[in-house]
Amino acid sequence: MIDSLAPSATNALEISRVSKRFLVAGRPSPVLGGIDLRVRDGEFVSIVGASGCGKSTLLRLILGLDTDYDGDIRIDGAQVAGPGLDRAIVFQDHRLLPWLNVRSNIAVALRHSALGKGEKAGRVDELVKLVGLERFAEAWPAQLSGGMAQRVAIARALANRPRFLLLDEPLGALDALTRLRLQNELLRIVRQGGTTAILVTHDVDEAIYLGDRVVVMRPDPGRIAAVIAVSGAESHDRSAPEFIRLRDRILALLGVVRSEADASAGHGLAPVA
Amino acid sequence: MNLTAALRATRSRSTYLLALRPNAKSWRPWLAPLAALLIWEACAHLPGVDPRFLPSLEAVAARAWEGFVHDDYLGHLLASLGRDLAGFFLGGLAGVATGLALGFSPLLARVVGPTLMTYRQISLFAWIPLVSMWFGGGEAGKIAFIAMAAFQPTLVNSWRGVAEIPKSYRELSDVLLLGRLGFVALIALPCALPQIFTGLHSALICSWAATVGAELLFNLAPGLGGQMNEGQQMFLMDKLLLCILLLGSVGVVFNLLARAAERRCLRWRTL
Repeated sequence: MIDSLAPSATNALEISRVSKRFLVAGRPSPVLGGIDLRVRDGEFVSIVGASGCGKSTLLRLILGLDTDYDGDIRIDGAQVAGPGLDRAIVFQDHRLLPWLNVRSNIAVALRHSALGKGEKAGRVDELVKLVGLERFAEAWPAQLSGGMAQRVAIARALANRPRFLLLDEPLGALDALTRLRLQNELLRIVRQGGTTAILVTHDVDEAIYLGDRVVVMRPDPGRIAAVIAVSGAESHDRSAPEFIRLRDRILALLGVVRSEADASAGHGLAPVA
Repeated sequence: MNLTAALRATRSRSTYLLALRPNAKSWRPWLAPLAALLIWEACAHLPGVDPRFLPSLEAVAARAWEGFVHDDYLGHLLASLGRDLAGFFLGGLAGVATGLALGFSPLLARVVGPTLMTYRQISLFAWIPLVSMWFGGGEAGKIAFIAMAAFQPTLVNSWRGVAEIPKSYRELSDVLLLGRLGFVALIALPCALPQIFTGLHSALICSWAATVGAELLFNLAPGLGGQMNEGQQMFLMDKLLLCILLLGSVGVVFNLLARAAERRCLRWRTL
C-alpha cells in the first residue's frame, strides 16, 4: 500500500476548472462551478456533500458519460472523451441485470476484454471469491440481499481491473450493519488491487473511514469547500477523539451546526419541558 | 430500484389474470364455472322451460358423444385450431418484429407510430369486407383476418417493452462498453421479454376469438364456427351450446399453456 503510493506522486486524474449547467425549466442552472481536483494513483478520495451539490454529476463527467461541460478532465494528461474500461462505477442501486445470474452479471463486463474464454471464467471465479459469494455464484439477483447484490456490483466493476473505481453512494441503500461490514470489505478490495478510488457519499463517517482525503462540496453551484487529508491514525477508529473532531469539522463545513461550542454545551438541544 | 417496483407490479398483475397455479388453491377458479353449469342445469329442469331453447347438460353431453364418436367434431375442432395457430404465428411474428423495430428506431416510431396507433382504433371487424375482397372468403382470407387480430397486441406490447427500458440500463450499457449489439442482446431483449410475452399471450386469446369470427362471417368451411352456423340454421340449441363450451375450453387450455411457457422462460422474474 505504501509502495504503491510513494513512487507515483504524479496526478493520475486532473480535474481543472470544470463547470456544468443543466437546463431546468428552460433556464440554465449551474450544477458545478469551477471544480479543481487532482487525484494521485492509488489514492482513495471521498467526496461528501448534501444532495444536489453535483457530486454524482462529477462522477458522470469522469466516466465520460457526459462530455458537455466547461473545463478539462484529464487522465495522464489526455482529455476524457468517453467511457472506457480504465474507469468503472458502482451505482447506488446495484443495477444488476435480473435475467442473468451472479456469474453472468460479472461476466457481462468482460465482453470486450482481450481474455480468452477460460481466462474470463477464471477471472469471474476470482471475483466471486473476492466478494465472498462462492455459494451464490449461480443465484439470480432476485434471490440476493441488498448487501450481496452490491457486492456483485462491486465485483462487476472490478472485472476489467480498472485503474479508477468510481463509487456513487454504493452503500447508501443498505442497512447500517451491512454498510459497516461492506466498508471494511471495500477498503480491503481497493487496497489489495491498488485501485484509485473516488467515493461519493452522504455519510461523513464513511468518507473519513475510507478516504485518504475528504473533499467537502457545497451546493448552488457545486464547488469544493475544502479538501481535508486524513492521516492513518485518525481514520480507522470511529470512536477516537481525532476521528470525532474531524467529523465535526466536516459537518460544520457542510453547514450542519455542530461546532465545539455546541458539543461542550452538552444538552443544549434537549427540548424544554 | 424502480425496476424492482415495476417487477412487483407486473407480478401482481399476472397473479390476478388467472390463479390457476398448481401450488395455489387450484380448485378456486373452477367454482364460478361450476356454479354456472349448476344454475344452467337447474334452469333447464324448471317447469315451463322449453328444452328446445335451453337444453339440459345431459342433452349437450349426448350431443358431444354423438358428435365426437359418430360425426367428425374432432375434425372441425382441429380445423379451427390449425387456422387459429397459422394466423397467430403469422400475425404474432409480424407484430413482434414491427414492435421491436419501432422500439429500437425512434425515427421509425415517429414516422409510422401514429399511423399504427390510429389503425388500432379501427374495429377489427371493419376489415372483414376488405379482407374478404383481397384474400377471398376462403382459407387465405380467414387466416389473414386472424393474423390481423394477433398483430395488434404483439405490436403494441413489443414496442412498449423496448421503449420502456429504464434509462439506467442504457447508462450501464455505455459504462460497460457493451456496444449496440451487446445492448440489444444482453439488456434490451431480455428486459422487453416479459412485455413481449404479455403481447403474445393476449394475441393468443384475440386470435382464437377472431378464428370463430372468421368462421362465422367468411365462407362456410370445416371448423367450430361453421358448426355453429349449422346449429343455428337447423335450430340445434344443444349443438350451439356445445360449440360454446368447446371454445371456452380451448381458451382455458391456451391460457394455461401460455402461462406455463411464460413461467419457464422468465424464471428469473418469478422467484
